[in-house]
Amino acid sequence: MNLIHGMLGILACQLVGETLARAAGLPIPGPVLGMLLLFAFLLWHGDPPPALRRVSETLLNYLALLFVPAGVGIMVHFQLIARDWLAISVALVVSTAVTLIATMLALRGMLALRRRRND
Amino acid sequence: MTEEITDIWVYLATSPLLWLTMTLAVFVFSTWLNRRLGGSPALHPVLLSMGLLIVILLVTGTDYDTYFEGAQFVHFMLGPATVALAIPLYDHRHQIRAWLGPLLVAGVVGATVAALSAITVGALLGGGHVSLMSLAPKSVTTPIAMGVAEQLGGLPSLTAALVLLTGSLGCLMAPGLIRLLRIRDDAVKGFAMGLTAHGLGTAQAFSISATAGAFAGLGLSLAGLITAFLLPLLIAWIPLG
Repeated sequence: MNLIHGMLGILACQLVGETLARAAGLPIPGPVLGMLLLFAFLLWHGDPPPALRRVSETLLNYLALLFVPAGVGIMVHFQLIARDWLAISVALVVSTAVTLIATMLALRGMLALRRRRND
Repeated sequence: MTEEITDIWVYLATSPLLWLTMTLAVFVFSTWLNRRLGGSPALHPVLLSMGLLIVILLVTGTDYDTYFEGAQFVHFMLGPATVALAIPLYDHRHQIRAWLGPLLVAGVVGATVAALSAITVGALLGGGHVSLMSLAPKSVTTPIAMGVAEQLGGLPSLTAALVLLTGSLGCLMAPGLIRLLRIRDDAVKGFAMGLTAHGLGTAQAFSISATAGAFAGLGLSLAGLITAFLLPLLIAWIPLG
């Protein structure tokens, strides 16, 4: 097994995911469906082959870099952002903070609730 | 001599090679700079790279489409990277199975709060309909967010930018909020970071621990799935001027 096999496995999952999403008219993007397919495959198959693990670790190590090209696209929208800048920026800051807090409290609360019920 | 340099520049400026190399070079530089400045999330390498590249493009008079011809090779790898998240998910399958109920409840709460709080605050401050609909899916990973925004009547490309800003803000605010709420469990930290700040939050969660990273990947996928299915229904229910 080498890196090509690992990359092939990942691309094949994405391709099948993309095809399924389009054929079934699902609102979910192909790569997310591909991830669920690969996850289901691994649950059935057992531990991932070393090549697959190596490729995926390499990809995930550089995850942040992969967002740069889309992020630079903000330069196309300077005018629209200038018009609604206050609403957009306050909404982003408030909503991001509130979402982090709500999610952490909800998960911690649910876990504590279940632990108490199990005791 | 000057003429030759101009000729070379005219050729390179439109070739994918230059902007692909520039994207990698700027990112390497930004990562180095971020480390030199103490690794502050306010100067996240992605934000630094975006800023530097935009300045370079504006100064050289290059438009975004020309830039993207080169940068698309990096952008393309987002798809395979999303698929690759299946491996850390698989590594944590036992904990996920044990926590399935709490994770689903927290996922629905988080995804709903993310969309509704953004629309409500934006509407109160007089944001236009297009801006609000572009804001609604901002916590979701770029490819899902763009699809949802289009379905709701927002601008997919504006959404892509807002998603990135949300991701950076999430990375910026998460450490403080984690301390404030005294969250000790890496799984809880990671799940919230992935759900709120998608891929950027996930990248940062991997720097906390592999557990945080895996649950961030789970938070990212749950947020995407829940938002893609529920948000269009939710928007139809709430009266928006």
